[in-house]
Amino acid sequence: MPSISRDEVAHLAKLARLAVTEDELDLFAGQLDVILQSVASVGDIATADIPPTSHAVPLTNVFREDVVRPSLGQQQALSGAPEAEDGRFRVPRILGEEA
Amino acid sequence: MTNDLVHATAAELAAKIHSGEVSSVEVTQAHLDRIAETDGKVHAFLHVDTEGALAQARRVDEDVKAGKAVSPLAGVPLALKDVMTTEGVPTTVGSKILEGWLPPYDATVTRKLKEAGVVILGKTNMDEFAMGSSTENSAYGPTHNPWDLDRIPGGSGGGSSAALAALQAPLAIGTDTGGSIRQPGAVTGTVGVKPTYGGVSRYGLVAFSSSLDQAGPCARTVLDAALLHEVIAGYDEMDSTSINAPVPPVVAAAREGLSGDLSGLRIGVVTQFSGEGYQQGVLRSFEAAVSQLKELGAEIADVSCPSFDHALPAYYLIAPSECSSNLARFDAMRYGLRVGDDGTRSTEEVMSLTREAGFGPEVKRRIMIGTYALSSGYYDAYYGSAQKVRTLITQDFAKAFEKFDVLISPTTPTTAFKIGERADDPMAMYKADLCTIPANLAGTPAMSVPSGLSDEDGLPVGLQIMAPALQDHRMYRVAAAYEAARGAFGGPSL
Repeated sequence: MPSISRDEVAHLAKLARLAVTEDELDLFAGQLDVILQSVASVGDIATADIPPTSHAVPLTNVFREDVVRPSLGQQQALSGAPEAEDGRFRVPRILGEEA
Repeated sequence: MTNDLVHATAAELAAKIHSGEVSSVEVTQAHLDRIAETDGKVHAFLHVDTEGALAQARRVDEDVKAGKAVSPLAGVPLALKDVMTTEGVPTTVGSKILEGWLPPYDATVTRKLKEAGVVILGKTNMDEFAMGSSTENSAYGPTHNPWDLDRIPGGSGGGSSAALAALQAPLAIGTDTGGSIRQPGAVTGTVGVKPTYGGVSRYGLVAFSSSLDQAGPCARTVLDAALLHEVIAGYDEMDSTSINAPVPPVVAAAREGLSGDLSGLRIGVVTQFSGEGYQQGVLRSFEAAVSQLKELGAEIADVSCPSFDHALPAYYLIAPSECSSNLARFDAMRYGLRVGDDGTRSTEEVMSLTREAGFGPEVKRRIMIGTYALSSGYYDAYYGSAQKVRTLITQDFAKAFEKFDVLISPTTPTTAFKIGERADDPMAMYKADLCTIPANLAGTPAMSVPSGLSDEDGLPVGLQIMAPALQDHRMYRVAAAYEAARGAFGGPSL
């Protein structure tokens, strides 16, 4: 069924926040096409009357009492941060040309 | 002496340590020495925690000397898959994106191991983010199968299973999303168990596909796997998908199985898992196992589960879909790698450059497949249809378990393939998980126990045993009985 173009792969990469290279676009376009063709058969047997299963175990919301418990301290939470400043995560600019 | 210690089972080592015949420090040092001798060839470990392991061993030795009660596996060494967080000890998930990360907390499995006095030797190699069937997708280089160093040890948990086969550890932890415990177990001649979904907490297990991921025990014997299963299993309020039910009595079942009597037990042979694409030596080993199970008194008949033919395509939509969502957390902001932050670039640009540099090709492929399958316009045809196939697979299991106590099949279609053989062909690689995936989709327990060596290439073959949800003990009983009847099949020479 599917035939996925190089442009579509570039769009997917953008959505997935992957700055893929030109070479990768060629490689992935071919591979994603093969993979998607191989898995498209699920559509052949999945008829409208079959309910979907999202999870093997029937789940309901799990609640607990709203009580304070020990958790990671600020220093621990920041311990793996690429950059931290004044007890906070330091991030690159989030506003700019796009805004 | 050292040689004996690395050949011993976990149960034997525990008995010796707890009786004071040998110290945990001696046992731990023997395994650390074995790692130092052999891991240059095997590359099962990404990180060896010599200091942490010996410190834990000393604590257990002190408790034994003081006459304190210790838990059944206290003092026994273990290899931990690098997907489980370990406080202050590197956890990479086989990825460059987490290189150098020191987690600020322990996974529940890690915590339970420590509390039980188990000695964690280090962290084992794996396909990046557990995506793969060969451990070739590790950003830190492949692990080699101890039976033949030119061959893959399976994946994603190839490091854990190779460590067992190489006598570097008597116990290991794996995680199984589509077969990542059982398939490496099969191709390395070791035991690997995927418990019922929710049987072991996922807290601190770096997520790949949350509705499928399940941690479980790996060992060289069925009883050892059962002992480890009971250490790590149980309800955990930190994992809302964890099952709030008693842990199945797997140790008792393994001991019962060792008596060798399976009279009256009904075993179904899944007919979908044979034929084209299956290696003759694998099928012959499987047939021999079927004969032995019959001799043990089991009643064996064929059972057809037609939807299993569609499990692989459904899996390769569901798992990538969940992975594309789960791996969004690697955003270069709170932990892990950050690339290209030169003061001029936006957060989004830094994020994209970091993910491009930090993820390997298989992870990128799966993220994009998942992004595609979940996108509007394609959702119903792909992800929606795959979820319906999941329903059919669950129904096929339910029907089969009306007539049979357990189901069996080969664990993998072939023995270990050569490193590099399938590296450029994702679909060929994915087929290594053909027989293991249905149990993940249904959430049912399944395990691989060695069925000896293939007569054509002398490489290990696995027998897969599947049971209904929360009936994990059934498969342990069958596996232990079969293991005793099968007898020893040798080991790799390193």
